[in-house]
Amino acid sequence: MRNIPFASFPRSAWERLLNRSAVRDAGAPGNCFPRRAWEAWLILCLALLSAPLPAVVEYHPFDDPAREKAYQTLISELRCLVCQNQTIADSNADLAKDLRQQVYDMLQQGKSEQDVVDFMTQRYGDFVMYNPALNVKTALLWLGPVAFLAIGIIAVVILARSRTKPVLPTLDKSQQSRLNDILQKGEED
Amino acid sequence: MLKLKYLLPLLLFAVLAVFLAIGLKLNPKEIPSPLIDKPAPAFSLPVLANPEQRLSVADMKGRVWLLNVWASWCVSCRQEHPLLLELAKRKATTIIGLNYKDEAPAAAQWLQQLGNPYDASVMDLDGRIGIDYGVYGVPETFVIDKRGIIRYKHTGPVQPGDIEQIFLPLLQRLQQEAA
Repeated sequence: MRNIPFASFPRSAWERLLNRSAVRDAGAPGNCFPRRAWEAWLILCLALLSAPLPAVVEYHPFDDPAREKAYQTLISELRCLVCQNQTIADSNADLAKDLRQQVYDMLQQGKSEQDVVDFMTQRYGDFVMYNPALNVKTALLWLGPVAFLAIGIIAVVILARSRTKPVLPTLDKSQQSRLNDILQKGEED
Repeated sequence: MLKLKYLLPLLLFAVLAVFLAIGLKLNPKEIPSPLIDKPAPAFSLPVLANPEQRLSVADMKGRVWLLNVWASWCVSCRQEHPLLLELAKRKATTIIGLNYKDEAPAAAQWLQQLGNPYDASVMDLDGRIGIDYGVYGVPETFVIDKRGIIRYKHTGPVQPGDIEQIFLPLLQRLQQEAA
């Protein structure tokens, strides 16, 4: 968290924001107050926006930017098994830290991204990947939503067809002539 | 035909209810280990009681053994400890402890205070061997057969009924297998 606490806000900016006289006392022209306030708000908004940055504590130096990118991709795809709804990039758990170290060491040894993924799934199973590979075990997971969509589309098509069936008039000759009479002469009787 | 149409929502609800009921009973913390029926990952680690000496997986060949992952900082290890002591008393198997990310003095003191069910404990100071075994929640217990194949894994503390219902029958069966 790199949120700037209120106390550390530049004092003069707050004074300008909260107290016009402080600005005047400082010799600044009165009409510049709104512009300064806008700046103060900008700083406040930027400070608030910076809050959701990842809170990874340790620093792993990389010489090769491609490896660093691979590292960032991997740690945001691997699940922390202690706190299962977090990636190892998000988690402060001890195991997550160890796994980040493991990923770093493997990449530094020149292993590929796929090597790291294989290493992890051999030990922790497909569950360790947020995007598990498509295989027999994970087929239901991947194809389930598609199957449900297909079932839904088929159901809608069947329902739509059954509703739009035209109602065909089935009048015999006597009924037809009576209808014609009504249409020509108006109401019967 | 008409009746079936009205029964359909009820049937769908019943199917959904069954799935939800199963889902409620599953433990999301229990992840099936991909290591079952695979060779136990190799290690050669210093023994806690005598760090000059090392113990490796190869040393255990020809024996049915239990690998119990534990640490003095682990609260639930305390909970399962009496059960391991009881299992050790029965002499049904060799129990090896994997002292995971612990400090040797703290671990030694722990065993002195609570009793030592392990034939030997090995020290995995940096947790690398733990990663090889897919350890994510200490305590964990692996049952390894005479050929060095992992046959069963228990995640979390062993529960009172587990020794009689799971471990002893399994150990007995594995003892009868050829080396």
